[in-house]
Amino acid sequence: MNHFLLSFRMLRRDWRAGELNVLVLALIIAISGLTTVGFFADRVGMALARESNQLLGADLLVMSSKPLPPHFAEEAEKLGLTISSLTKFPSMISNGDGNLLTEIKAVAEGYPLRGRVHVAGRSSSGANANPGIQVAEGIPVPGTIWADEKVMTRLDLKIGDVVDIGAIQLKVTELVVREPDHSVGFINMGARAIINTQDLADTELIQEGSRVSYQLLVAGDMKTVQQFRTWAQGRLAKNQKIEGIRDARPEIKAALERAEKFLSLAALVSVVLAAAAIALAVRRFTLRHLDGCAIMRSLGASQKQLLTMYVSYFITLGIIASGLGCLIGFAAQQILAHWLTDIVETALPWPTWWPAIHGLLVGLVLLVGFALPPVLNLRSVPALRVLRRDVGLPNAHSLWGYGAGLAALLLLFIWKAHDLKLGLYIVAGFVSAIVVFGSVGWLLIKLLSNLRHQAGGAWRYGLASLHRRAASSVLQAVALGLGLMALLVLTLIQDDLINDWNASLPPDAPNHFLVNIQADQLQPLEEFFQQYAMERPPLFPMIRGRLIKINGKNVSPQDYADDTHAERHIRREFNLSWTDELARDNSIVQGSWWKKDTRDTEMSIEADIAKTLRIKLGDELTFDIAGQHFSAKITSLRKVDWDSFRVNFFVVVPPGLLEDYPASYITSFYVPPSEIAMIHELVRMFPNILVVDVALVIGQVQQMIQQVSEAIKFVFIFTVLAGFAVLYAAIAATQDERIYEAAIFRTLGARREQLLRAWATEFAILGGLSGLFASAGASGLGYVIGKYALHLDYTFNPWIWVIGTSIGLTGVLVGGLLGTRAALSSPPLLTLRKIA
Amino acid sequence: MANNETEQPIVRTHALTKQVNTGDQQLTILQNIDLNIHMGEAVAIIGASGSGKSTLLGLLAGLDLPTSGKVHLDEVDIFALDEDQRAALRGKILGFVFQSFQLLPALTALENVMLPLELMSVGNAEATARRLLDRVGLALRLHHHPKQLSGGEQQRVAIARAFATAPKLLLADEPTGNLDSATGIQIIELMFELNREHGTTLVLVTHDEALSKRCSRQLRMADGRLMQ
Repeated sequence: MNHFLLSFRMLRRDWRAGELNVLVLALIIAISGLTTVGFFADRVGMALARESNQLLGADLLVMSSKPLPPHFAEEAEKLGLTISSLTKFPSMISNGDGNLLTEIKAVAEGYPLRGRVHVAGRSSSGANANPGIQVAEGIPVPGTIWADEKVMTRLDLKIGDVVDIGAIQLKVTELVVREPDHSVGFINMGARAIINTQDLADTELIQEGSRVSYQLLVAGDMKTVQQFRTWAQGRLAKNQKIEGIRDARPEIKAALERAEKFLSLAALVSVVLAAAAIALAVRRFTLRHLDGCAIMRSLGASQKQLLTMYVSYFITLGIIASGLGCLIGFAAQQILAHWLTDIVETALPWPTWWPAIHGLLVGLVLLVGFALPPVLNLRSVPALRVLRRDVGLPNAHSLWGYGAGLAALLLLFIWKAHDLKLGLYIVAGFVSAIVVFGSVGWLLIKLLSNLRHQAGGAWRYGLASLHRRAASSVLQAVALGLGLMALLVLTLIQDDLINDWNASLPPDAPNHFLVNIQADQLQPLEEFFQQYAMERPPLFPMIRGRLIKINGKNVSPQDYADDTHAERHIRREFNLSWTDELARDNSIVQGSWWKKDTRDTEMSIEADIAKTLRIKLGDELTFDIAGQHFSAKITSLRKVDWDSFRVNFFVVVPPGLLEDYPASYITSFYVPPSEIAMIHELVRMFPNILVVDVALVIGQVQQMIQQVSEAIKFVFIFTVLAGFAVLYAAIAATQDERIYEAAIFRTLGARREQLLRAWATEFAILGGLSGLFASAGASGLGYVIGKYALHLDYTFNPWIWVIGTSIGLTGVLVGGLLGTRAALSSPPLLTLRKIA
Repeated sequence: MANNETEQPIVRTHALTKQVNTGDQQLTILQNIDLNIHMGEAVAIIGASGSGKSTLLGLLAGLDLPTSGKVHLDEVDIFALDEDQRAALRGKILGFVFQSFQLLPALTALENVMLPLELMSVGNAEATARRLLDRVGLALRLHHHPKQLSGGEQQRVAIARAFATAPKLLLADEPTGNLDSATGIQIIELMFELNREHGTTLVLVTHDEALSKRCSRQLRMADGRLMQ
């Protein structure tokens, strides 16, 4: 018990005397950086999920082809979730002169739960009366209908006109410009209109056998929604399904997951930086506690007593400093969130407490892992130091001591990355970097210091200082190098990530799909494009077939009863296509692409669907295509970049196998908004072709990417701040020695400038070395992470060497010289007395 | 020394006072010190610990700042100078020997002795340093770092360093304080020998009465005052 009291007293004294400044500051900056990133990533993650849920109009949909039993809605309400409902069905709308097949959506109060319906021109009397776009208030009142532009144009309607729909007449009161759930699924991309659900029965359109989708919209906080999802999942009937945004849109799923990975990567980098800062700061702490420990030893304290004392000392310190860090982190992300609302447009949801708990734990783990081992060496300080000050610690910097810290870091990485592979890559990268940097640094410092006899003045003293502190100089160079490396890797990947997104969705990304083009329309379609001075986009043949056998064994939906996603694929028809060239946004992950003019019955299948359906390379699949059976062996698995919005197929075969089966064609191309009349003309000339307009989805994904990019850039600022903490700790670590040096130099008549030059030499070498380390490490690690963990096309950037080295050199030089100002200005005697 | 009365003193202080704040209290460490030291003198400042003798020595060297009063070194008002100018003056005319040696741990013995010469851009620094280290008996220890030297050896390096720039004035603060008595005697002998050889003025702070007797004049301090 006494030890604890003693350790608390010691902690209080050290804290007040400012002995802990560096250590505490390093920890606070690191933990506040980490929790800022944590809180922020948490909120942005939730906001992104919610934002993308706007594409659904809700956080979750329960869908059915029959009216939904009431227990779904009841359970959702019981859990405190917001609900609404809608009924979707195709129907004719007419205005007397013409009819148009339209998708009608009958919505209830509250719709949409996420996102907004945008409308134009309630008051305008004609379509050309300068309609201002605004957010719709509520839903159509009974007796009215809101129609989209296609309905308005094709039926030549004006606001205020009356249309027939089923058994009733409704007045058109709004032109719908944008509705949140427009984009879900590619089936329903024709003309659309919204009515009030209270009018639904009167239309008499819902009959037995009608093609109707009943949907329950659910929204609320993520945890409860998840809880509801789990509950509902187990109660789904065959005709019912649940859909969240990630089920609905693979390209959004891909973008979101990468953003999440990157943000957690940024948080991880803060952890590395914290570890480096602490490893540096603890050196000074150990040196300053040598005397105290020697005195206690000489007074009879046992090693065990000292151990107990320092362990409780550090745990208390860890809790206090990490706690402060968490508080600061919370405040900082609050400011950040406030600042970002201007960019993100939507209010960020309140963060969870997890980041704070993470922060506390990480702080303790870092302190225990990186500060305690060298401090524990203090217990073996010889009591003789009381008499002979030059007797110190035999090996205050045993690398062995950091083993525990590194192991702790490894676990942290895997935990925080939520990804074993990414975590392992990073840890392996850092560990090999430490080993290589350490040995190269050691060699270089030894080599350089041999040169000092040839060098004059400032160089000699700079090199001499580096050499004498070889162990800690190497530690400093390694820590600074690692910190800078982490920052560089993050910069490289950040740029690649954002560029990759922008490249996959350029401004002229295809925004219209043409589906169901018949073979005899290929020629007329080509002429049509010529009329508009456009090149005909590449056409892909498409054949519909149902998967019936795998390796000769029949498959049925029941085989996948445990996986609704897989089951759906078996139930539905696949789109098959043929080509001899691998598409640009596809890459082979297993097997090999067929040779040109192959005669074999081969097949290439998308990797994720293969996994879902538990299909392997070499399996033989049999499809039922219009009653005929077609079999082929899988010779390659492909990864498809769904972010690209191009036409892609799960199943592709070489040319020459499917040509005899009934095929239609599909294509995608870009139409600028100003040329939209062309699409109307196309629809008129080729009425059987389904035109799918994905401009809105692309717009939303582009906006999302924009927001994620902003968030990433902001989070990066905090990582840079954590980098400064490392620099600060590195400089503060040798501050005492430098103050002492300064005092002697001054006593012997050195001018400021002479002293500064000696230090500048030392800092420049240290900084240049860390910059070189960082550049080398970043090039390697960036490649590995980019390629294998985030699946980016990594672009090697030779400038990284120039940038890394100059940042390291100037950063350490400027920071170091600024940090020594205090050493220069204090009167020498004071210093000499204090230290003697 | 009587024959020096007409010469300008190398050290002259006027009403030198040093006070420090210890929280709510003002502590006077030195009070109105008026003192002249002439070229070639060997002056011992003696007194109990806490009497202010080391503070006085620090102020004479301009290593610390007084609360009030003046110090003239070689006719220069040192507190009218800035820190850099004071440092340059020290390099030119002062040598130091400290109780705790104050060698730079990063540098070898040779480099430590070369340091003040290089700081003043004196040519041939290495030859001078080697000669002095030879003189103090450390010819075989040139490339050792302070850690590898005994206390006595470290103090020899410090003495060699102090004489490297052929200073007019040598300030020594308890130079034997950290040494055993046999080594201490050797060090003192060495210091007085070199002092004679170089014709340096010596100001020695000590609480050792016997040692102080070897100086030509003794100044006794108590409670921050000079008792003549």
